[in-house]
Amino acid sequence: MARITKEQVKHVAHLARLSVTEEDVDTFTEQLDAIIGFAEQLNELDTDGVEPTTHVLDIKNVLREDEERPSFDQETALKNAPDQEDGQVKVPSVLE
Amino acid sequence: MSILEESFSSLHKKLHDRELKVSELVDASYTRIQEVDDKVQAFLTLNEEAAKAHAKKLDEALEQEDTRGMLFGLPAGIKDNIVTRGLTTTCASQLLSNFEPLHDATVIDKLQHAESITIGKLNMDEFAMGSSNENSSFQTTKNPWSLDHVPGGSSGGSAAAVAAGEVAFALGSDTGGSIRQPASYCGVVGLKPTYGRVSRFGLVAFASSLDQIGPLTRTVEDNALVLGEIAGHSELDSTSANVEVPDYLASLTGDVKGLRIAVPKEYLGEGVAEDVKSRVLDALKVLEDQGAVWEEVSLPHSQYAVAAYYLLASSEASANLARFDGVRYGVRAESATNLIDMYKETRSQGFGDEVKRRIMLGTFALSSGYYDAYYKKAQKVRTLIKQDFDKIWENYDVVIGPTAPTTAFKVGEKLDDPLTMYANDILTIPVNLAGVPAISVPCGFSGGLPVGLQIIAKPFAEGTIYRTAHAYEQATDHHKEKPEL
Repeated sequence: MARITKEQVKHVAHLARLSVTEEDVDTFTEQLDAIIGFAEQLNELDTDGVEPTTHVLDIKNVLREDEERPSFDQETALKNAPDQEDGQVKVPSVLE
Repeated sequence: MSILEESFSSLHKKLHDRELKVSELVDASYTRIQEVDDKVQAFLTLNEEAAKAHAKKLDEALEQEDTRGMLFGLPAGIKDNIVTRGLTTTCASQLLSNFEPLHDATVIDKLQHAESITIGKLNMDEFAMGSSNENSSFQTTKNPWSLDHVPGGSSGGSAAAVAAGEVAFALGSDTGGSIRQPASYCGVVGLKPTYGRVSRFGLVAFASSLDQIGPLTRTVEDNALVLGEIAGHSELDSTSANVEVPDYLASLTGDVKGLRIAVPKEYLGEGVAEDVKSRVLDALKVLEDQGAVWEEVSLPHSQYAVAAYYLLASSEASANLARFDGVRYGVRAESATNLIDMYKETRSQGFGDEVKRRIMLGTFALSSGYYDAYYKKAQKVRTLIKQDFDKIWENYDVVIGPTAPTTAFKVGEKLDDPLTMYANDILTIPVNLAGVPAISVPCGFSGGLPVGLQIIAKPFAEGTIYRTAHAYEQATDHHKEKPEL
């Protein structure tokens, strides 16, 4: 049985904000199925009661004082923006 | 021979004895690049004008004050996922092909302070995802030892530039082996420091619980000198550790008497080439002759590391790479008329196949209904892998094995099958999952291609790694071999 379907691949592509052609969907379905099949070997291991590791260092909640610091001015901050208007980043319309 | 192949201490002496000017050293770097880089293709961007001006300034500064640090005036190459102010930083991706960072990474600030010179930016697999440099959107770097072989990856440009004598040293990054594997393939010394040892502020994030920046050099001593400059806590990276940076040079005692070496049987097992095994066993003999003792041990969960890694690293990547949406930077797709389509078109046109594949895998592993089965399961397996190492440190100082199961493979050989490509990282990935430091040092050749010896130690024991690697290096001549270009 396939571990991942074409419909799932289309859904995941949408979540990941990637546009995919039918050909891409075929390739991704095949490749992701193989990779996930490979990953299923992890199920050979009994991990009941094992704590998940998110991070290897013993560091938690590193905080600093909430104080004003110098930052880039507007013009500099927008230097790499593909499109801008009146000192703001410009994007295509959000609503249809 | 390129003058850049000389050790830092030799170059330091020549600069201070006025036998050599920084400007001459920098010119030598660009001359070498001109001679060999159309073959090697290590560099994506050169910083020639600024570097030459910087060199001139340093030459004048040396006139004023005659003692400078060990990296003073040395030409450095920087992997193209480390941001450099005003110098294009692409991550070898079309999506960032026009990106000019507004600030320097902390490691770049530190190198500025140490007065080394940024020669240019080095090729890599796109967003550091790959083991061959074939996933670069711009060019495939070649292995200086054999131009039809890959240099390894993802820091392939960094390893190749050092091996080809184009720079004195390079910085790379290592998420699953991306410094050590190319160092092994190109016959240079590459260290992945302990997770948190070096600030990652300004390193374009791939998998944040795994990424580390580290040095690639020709010798162990040079490597220790670079780490000494770039290591340390930075408040701009909340995952950088507030642990004192020792004097790594003081570790280079040449004495490994009584050093306890663990050799995992899994690291010399199936899939590891016979020649690679023999070179590693030869290296163990060299250390044994100097008074070290080694025993076979087991890291029983090693075989699960690759699967756990690809789930975890891809999941983290799918989140980290969400920022590349064509809004604030990067190359925006022009065709879309609404915002969602603009995101999709920008990302689909800008990212290459491997990056898309990993974003897809990571998004799937994190998606509703699959999170526990894949992502969380992999995090638990990560705990088991880390515990394997914790047990070893109770009785041993270092773990030794090969860096990679084989020598460099041919360009194009593994492109069609992602799983075969991933298997190549089987000996380096456990180190990242455990967060421990490891080095690759040259330990001989097989069919004319370099073999790398991997030395792993417990967290923040880079000094022990350098002591072991240096004692081995001093007893052998492998690091003196140079590719003919």
